Formats: sequence, structure tokens, C-alpha cells
Amino acid sequence: MQKTQNNRAWFMVLPVFLLVAFSAVLPLMTVVNYAFNDTFGENVFFWVGTDWFQDVLTDDRMWAALKRQLIFSAIILAIEVPLGIAIALCMPKRGIWASLCLVLLALPLLIPWNVVGTIWQLFARIDIGLLGYTLDQLGISYNLGQNATAAWITLIVMDVWHWTSLVILLSYAGLQAIPQAYYQAGRIDQASRWAVFRYIELPKLKGVLLIAVLLRFMDSFMIYTEPFVVTGGGPGSATTFLSIDLVKMALGQFDLGPAAAFSIMYFLVILLVSWAFYTIMVNLDREDVPK
Amino acid sequence: MAQITLSGLAHSYFPYPRGEQDYALKTIDLTWEDGGAYALLGASGCGKTTLLNIISGLRRPSQGQVLFNGQDVTDAPTTARNIAQVFQFPVVYDTMTVRENLAFPLRNRGMDRGYIDARVQAVARMTGLEDRLSRKAQGLTADEKQKISLGRGMVREDVNAILFDEPLTVIDPQMKWELRTQLKALHREFGHTMIYVTHDQTEALTFADKVVLMHEGRVVQLGTPEELFARPAHTFVGYFIGSPGMNLFDASVDGSTAQVGRHRIPLDADYGAQAGRVQIGIRPEFVTLERDGDLPVTLQRVEDVGRHRIVRASLDGMALAAVVPEGVEIPADANSVTFDAGQIGVFVNDWRIAPRGRGAS
Amino acid sequence: MIELQGVSKSITGRVHMQRTDLVLQDGTMNVLLGPTLAGKTTLMRLIAGLDVPTEGRVIDRGQDVTGVRVQDRKVAMVYQQFINYPSMTVFDNIASPLRILGWDRARIEAAVRKTAGMLRLEPLLDRKPLELSGGQQQRCALARALVKEARIVLLDEPLANLDYKLREELRIEIPRIFQESGAIFVYATTEPEEALLLGGNTATLWEGRITQFGPAPQVYRQPVDATTARVYSDPPMNFAAVRKQGSRLVFARGVQAMAGETHERLADGDYLAGFRANHLRMNAHSGVAVRLDCTIGISEITGSETFLHLDHAGDRWVALVHGVHHPAPGSAVPMWLDPAHVYLFEPGGRLAAPAPYAGMA
Repeated sequence: MQKTQNNRAWFMVLPVFLLVAFSAVLPLMTVVNYAFNDTFGENVFFWVGTDWFQDVLTDDRMWAALKRQLIFSAIILAIEVPLGIAIALCMPKRGIWASLCLVLLALPLLIPWNVVGTIWQLFARIDIGLLGYTLDQLGISYNLGQNATAAWITLIVMDVWHWTSLVILLSYAGLQAIPQAYYQAGRIDQASRWAVFRYIELPKLKGVLLIAVLLRFMDSFMIYTEPFVVTGGGPGSATTFLSIDLVKMALGQFDLGPAAAFSIMYFLVILLVSWAFYTIMVNLDREDVPK
Repeated sequence: MAQITLSGLAHSYFPYPRGEQDYALKTIDLTWEDGGAYALLGASGCGKTTLLNIISGLRRPSQGQVLFNGQDVTDAPTTARNIAQVFQFPVVYDTMTVRENLAFPLRNRGMDRGYIDARVQAVARMTGLEDRLSRKAQGLTADEKQKISLGRGMVREDVNAILFDEPLTVIDPQMKWELRTQLKALHREFGHTMIYVTHDQTEALTFADKVVLMHEGRVVQLGTPEELFARPAHTFVGYFIGSPGMNLFDASVDGSTAQVGRHRIPLDADYGAQAGRVQIGIRPEFVTLERDGDLPVTLQRVEDVGRHRIVRASLDGMALAAVVPEGVEIPADANSVTFDAGQIGVFVNDWRIAPRGRGAS
Repeated sequence: MIELQGVSKSITGRVHMQRTDLVLQDGTMNVLLGPTLAGKTTLMRLIAGLDVPTEGRVIDRGQDVTGVRVQDRKVAMVYQQFINYPSMTVFDNIASPLRILGWDRARIEAAVRKTAGMLRLEPLLDRKPLELSGGQQQRCALARALVKEARIVLLDEPLANLDYKLREELRIEIPRIFQESGAIFVYATTEPEEALLLGGNTATLWEGRITQFGPAPQVYRQPVDATTARVYSDPPMNFAAVRKQGSRLVFARGVQAMAGETHERLADGDYLAGFRANHLRMNAHSGVAVRLDCTIGISEITGSETFLHLDHAGDRWVALVHGVHHPAPGSAVPMWLDPAHVYLFEPGGRLAAPAPYAGMA
């Protein structure tokens, strides 16, 4: 009489299961449906196989958007991760100042994305925005609507302002978890500040940094609201990232088929890259463990 | 290597201590000879860790001085003191190999390559890490990591002292034996000044040539393991050393007899008449069980520890322990005990006193 | 009675517990003895129901409880860390499991007082855990485990984080508490002496396997194999290759000893002799003791006794001898061994013949 796990538990998760099915799986299936069919409306569909995928893959506009997207994510990671660690290292370890820093740092994270976009859009205006006006007065050519470099720099600065806090908070928590004995040993061994960072702090931060990089990569790769509000993808298509391109295609041109195929590939790319990241980082760790 | 002197040392965690009760360390004057193996023994909260931190330079004492070879280092930072420390939990640089770990302190001091390689080889041989040199430190066992910690200290030839902060806490009993033996062998061979902090009497006694027993911020006795066992200077030493600790009874002493309750117990010397709180102490190892002996007791329990048995008994309601070696029979009708008169100590207000006509022992 | 039938546990292909059968009777103390990672914690988690076995069944009083959640069993657990609610008083801490069960006030009050009395916590009931010493905190955690009158109380190295002396006191107290409670106690430890002091049954564990289970003195004195003997010896058991020839045991360098009565029944051939440190003496303590010439390594003094680290024809031994000895390292010492204390193991490790002197009173 082999009684295994208590099966009642499965009934308890049924509501959640249904909810997920309705909110995620069914829409995804609809998208899959659109990706392999063409329609002239009125729910009449024609099977077109992989035509839409081929269309999208041969579309130069998509490749340009993907390239912009990758460059953007790379720049974001290259700035936010080192900056986040550096700020976390400089923060006070305890006392009232530590709490104050944490609260201040948490603020940008609490602002909704479209509000962040709006704030920066206003901030950057040459007529009334503090930043835009000041730069203009200083004689620096700065116009989001016309200058692609200005648009890029603005978006990058905005993202750094918005999200570096996350890296800081994660790193700070990681640093707090390092036992004092390690620092003491470092002092006894006359390790330089750099050596302490390189051989004590960085290895101990590896776990949280993996999470930070993953989160920041996924988020920046899917960025939509802020550039949409600030630049609308312009000037021209200078800041048209993948998601903006996708929305243009689906809602602007109403090309539902290619947009659906695009969505699926987008989804797969994120999944693939995240998985690759994760495996590489975990395997780096494993090399240290004896066979 | 260095001789370490603590002169008039005291420490309080309060900025303005109001009295003795505010001091975590009461006045301490001590000299640790160059090349000695010392243990700082005491229960948690007795001040031993504070003292260790003062020696390593992590904490500045409120009063007094720390001298290394006669030189005042009270205000010198840790890096300037040239000490090494092995912590309770193994501290190794995870991402480095064992070789890089051992070389680290020398590389930081800008030594040349050939010298570093030679020293690392030598230390790896001393600590038995030779076949681990190319491995990453992370995957090693706790005892191997502690050896790396120790090796990082010994790799510096100019190291003044090696401090150990309960280094065997996370080590299994079987490996404890190996590490302890190795530590002792290394000390004998290379003669570093070693200071070993622990709450475990076996570790302290077996490691050290001289043990400093601390209690409530005070050094209650500094002596060889033998002295601490045979002639405890304070009732706390009697209680703390030995397992079980010393049997202590309130008594009155007149000449060479002690009166415990209604029983008269002969002493081996004349202690005169004593005032204050008088106690006599006898270690369980020197209590013999027998039938119809001097002191009637009620046996309560026998604990078999393998190599000996611990007999718990009651002498007129007072708890008493006796140790019976393996192979020695406990008489079935045992109803009394006898104390070995030569091993009885007399304590007045907790401090041991010497009999008349003899100096303090 | 709780019974494990053919229980095993593997996690991602790694075997944590090999197929195990174990029966724990009501009202018994059961000690799991073994080094770190031997499987003590895994076994406890399987008994408690925190883990579901990969194979096999757990039977509680004739009922199959495999896979039943820990919340639905009457199980209590005490960990190495002192886990109490820091914001509650000792009273509320002890009362918390009863409040969850929805007992009424008067009943809770009575139960808490009774358990607190058993653990000598009555004067501390109004204090917060952080105001207590480590030993008192662990007693509070213990009280919380006992108060709900669990059927099974699991203690996972509960004394490991305590000072040596506090450990000594609680080791005496725990068997007394256990006798009053009538529950099944399961107690994990790495220390042989602790297992002996707690008494009851001992299960020795090694690499995910129970090597032997039985009353503590019996497992200690009649180990079924060399692994069990090694796990149950501190200092480590000494081993030497011997050859049995007729009524003689031949040690290295041709030294001959009279075989004991249990040895004589064995066929002639090669065996592994095992004996404990306290049976190797510095004098010819019995007529049949055999002289073994050893070289001294280091010696460690514990106060009344000395550990001698010896080398005998390449075998490393430890002897525990009475008194204080300072033999010069490297010098030769004759040591004496009575064959009555020698276990003979087959080359594969299984016990061939127990020591003739069982040492059981």
C-alpha cells in the first residue's frame, strides 16, 4: 500500500493554474495562431506556414532595431553594473546615514515607467526643461527631436538614473553579508583596497551580480514605455528599439501576421539569451568545485 | 617573532566607565615569552575575544599598553603589527588556488617571485598541502581551509605572533586530532609565538605550554596545564578545568582538619584558622568509592564514558562526582567515599590559600 | 514506535542515505553519531517528514506516514542555532506552539510552568531570549519543543554552539528531561563522548549508512566493523596489522603476544588489530601485556592525563596515559598493550573477534 504525496495539494493550485492559463497561455496561443495564418478579418484564416517568419527575418528594419537594442542593452549594463557596485562600496555600512541612503536610492524604483518617461521628456525640453534649457543656453546643441546622439544620451542617462539603484541595493545587500573576518584577514595579509575588492568582495558578490545582470538585461531588452514617451522612437528611427518597432508594426500598420511572428522570435531570443547568461555564470562557478 | 607584554591593560566599551563593573577587561599585566604556545581560556563573555582584538590591533584598549619586543604598538594598526590570525570559520580567498592563497601576503608585500615560490613550497610541505597547491580553495574541506589560513600566516618569516580564534569549531572530532597535532608539531619545529583562544579546556590544555584562564574580565590563573589541574588558584579554575569539575564544599577549617556539615575531613597540612567564605575542593579523580568509609554518600547515577565512569552521588544533599577508571570495580554495596588528603585544596573567598609554613603554591 | 522500512534518499542522483531499516521504540533516547555529511541530518529529516524518501516507507505506530506533512505529525525539532522569537518573553516563546494548537489559557499556563520547571527556566519566564546566556536560550528552545508533548523530539547537534562547560551541564540534564517526557528522542552529534553520556541507543553513521544500532555501551565495546569502531572512538582508534598463528598474535617486527580467548577461535591469517588510546600503557600493567617499542611524536597534557602521539613501525597511534609526562620528541618509549583489549577485524573491515575484555559491568 504505497501512499505517495498528498494529492489534495494539486486542487489548491488549480485556481492559479487557470488564471495563468487565461492571462498568459491563451494570449500566447492567439499570437501563435496569427503567426502562422493570414486573415482578411471576420475570423477567416489561411494557413501561410512560415511565411511571416521569413518576411520578418529578411526585413532590414527588424535587423536595424535588433542591433540598436543590443547596443543599448550593452551600454546600459556596462554603465549600471560597475556604477552600482562602486556606489554600494561607498555607502555607509550602518547607522542613520545607511538608512537614509537606502530610502533615497529606492525612490527612482518606485516611480512608474511612463512617469519616468514624462519627467525626462519635460526635463529635456529646450524651452521649459531644466536640462534642455541649460544646455541650450551653454551653447551646446541639444535637441531630442533632431539630434540622434542627444536622444541616445538622454535615454541612457534616464535608464541609469532609473535603474542603477537596483544594482546598488543588490550589491549593498551582498556586501553586508560578507563576514568581518574576511576584511580582517585582508588587513593582516596587507591586501590593497583593490585586492580586497578583487579577491574578497567581488567573488562574494558573484551571486547577486548574476541576478542584477539578468534583471537589467531582460528589462533593458524589453524597454518600451520610456523611449516611447521621451522620443517616440525618433528622431527618424534612431531610438526605435525592438518593442517600439513591434508596436509600430502591429498597431501602426496593422500587420498582425508579421508582428505575431516577430513577437514569438522576440520572446525566444530573450529566453535564449537569459538561459545562456545563466548557464555561463553557473558554470563559471562550477569550475571551482573539485571533480 | 616577538615577546608580547600587556602592561596595565584595561578595556571598557563605555566611553566614561563609572566603575569596575563597566570594564570588559579589568587590569591585566602579562608577559608572553617569545616562541611560547599560550592559550586564552574562558567562557563566552569573559573578555578573551576583546583581549585578542586588542593584541591584533582591531581594538584600542582604554588603558595601558601593548608591547611587542618592548616596543609600544598600542596605537599601531593591524597591518603594522605583523601578526597572523586563524579565524573560527575558515577564511580563504575562494577564487584563488591554494598556491595563490599562500603567496598572497608575500605578493602584497612586493617580494620577488623566486622567494615567494620557495616560501610557498616550504609552507605547503609544513602544512601538508603540497598535493592541493593547484586546486581552487573554494572546494576544499573545512580542515584544509584552516590549514590554508594557518599557512598564510606562516609564509611570512617575520611574523610576530600567530593568533587562533577558536579555530577548531567547525572541524569534526576525528580531524581535530590531526589539526591539533600538526599545530603543535609546527610550533615545536618553527617556534612561532602562538596565542590560542578557546572555551574548550581540552583544546587549551593540550595545545598550550601555559594557559591563561579568564573569568569575568580578569585573569584568574596563568599556569601550566598541570598546575591548573592540580593546584587551581581560584574556585572558578577548579570548576572550569576538569570534566566534571572540582567538587567544592562549604567548610570551616581549623588547623589540619576541615569540617563539612557534620563530617570531619583530615587535611595534609596545617591551614590555621580561616575567616571569610571557606571552601574545600577535591577533584573527582581523587575521590574513592568504598563500603563503610569516612563520608557516607547516596549514589545517584553512573555515567559510562568508555574509558572511565562518572559516579554522581550526594553527600548530605550536596552534589558530588567521582571518577572510576575502566577496569576498576564499583563495589556493589558502596555507600561512602574517601578523599585523598594530599589533593584537597582550601579556598577562602574563592582564592586558594597555602598551608602554614609554605609559600604560595 | 516509529519505523523506517527500506528508506533511502537521493537528490539529483547523489545518494544521501542508503537503504536503511530502523526501529525506534517509544520512550527511548536514540543518538545518531557520525562525522559531518555522514547522513545524520538527512536521517532526521526523513524521520520528521521534512523530506520524502526516494524509496521505502515510514511507519508510525503501525500507520504509513510516508509523505505526510511535518505539520500533521507530532514532531518537534531543536537545531544547532538557538531559535527563539526575540520579541517574546520566555513564557510566550514556550507557549507559542500551544497557542497555535488553540489551547485555553489555564491549560497553557499549567503546561508552560511544568516544562519550565523541568528545564529550570522558572525564574527567567519574564525575560526576553536575548537577555539570556546561550545555555538558557537553548533550554528555552528545548522547552518549546517539549511543551507540546510531541511524540518525536529531534535534536540536531543542539549543544554544538555552546561553551564546553555549558555543554557538560546540559548533557547531564537532557537524559533526565527525556526520562520524564516519554517521547522518542533522536539526537545527532559528532562526539563519541556525548553519545556515551546521553546513553540510550547509538546509531553510528558513515557515508549515508547506519553501520550499527544498539545500546550505547554495546556499540562502543562491541563494534561490528572497523568503521563503527573508528566513528565511536575519540581519540581515534589505533590500528595495526597482525598475523594470527596458533595461540599467538604477531605484530610488526615479529613481536609476539598471547592471543586472547576470543581470538583463539579464529583461523590463522592476517588481521587488523584495533585498540583504544587508553589501553596503550606506559607500564606492564598485566602479565600478558605485550611490549611495543614506539617513537614519540608530540605529547599533549590535559591536566591529569597525557596524550602521547606515537609511531610504531609506520603506524600512527595515540595513547592516553595517566599522569603528566614530557618524553622528548623523537625518543623511543616502550608501550604496553594487553591483548584483552584488542579487537580483530578482517582485512575488509568486518569484526572477526571482539576484545576478550568486554568491560561491561
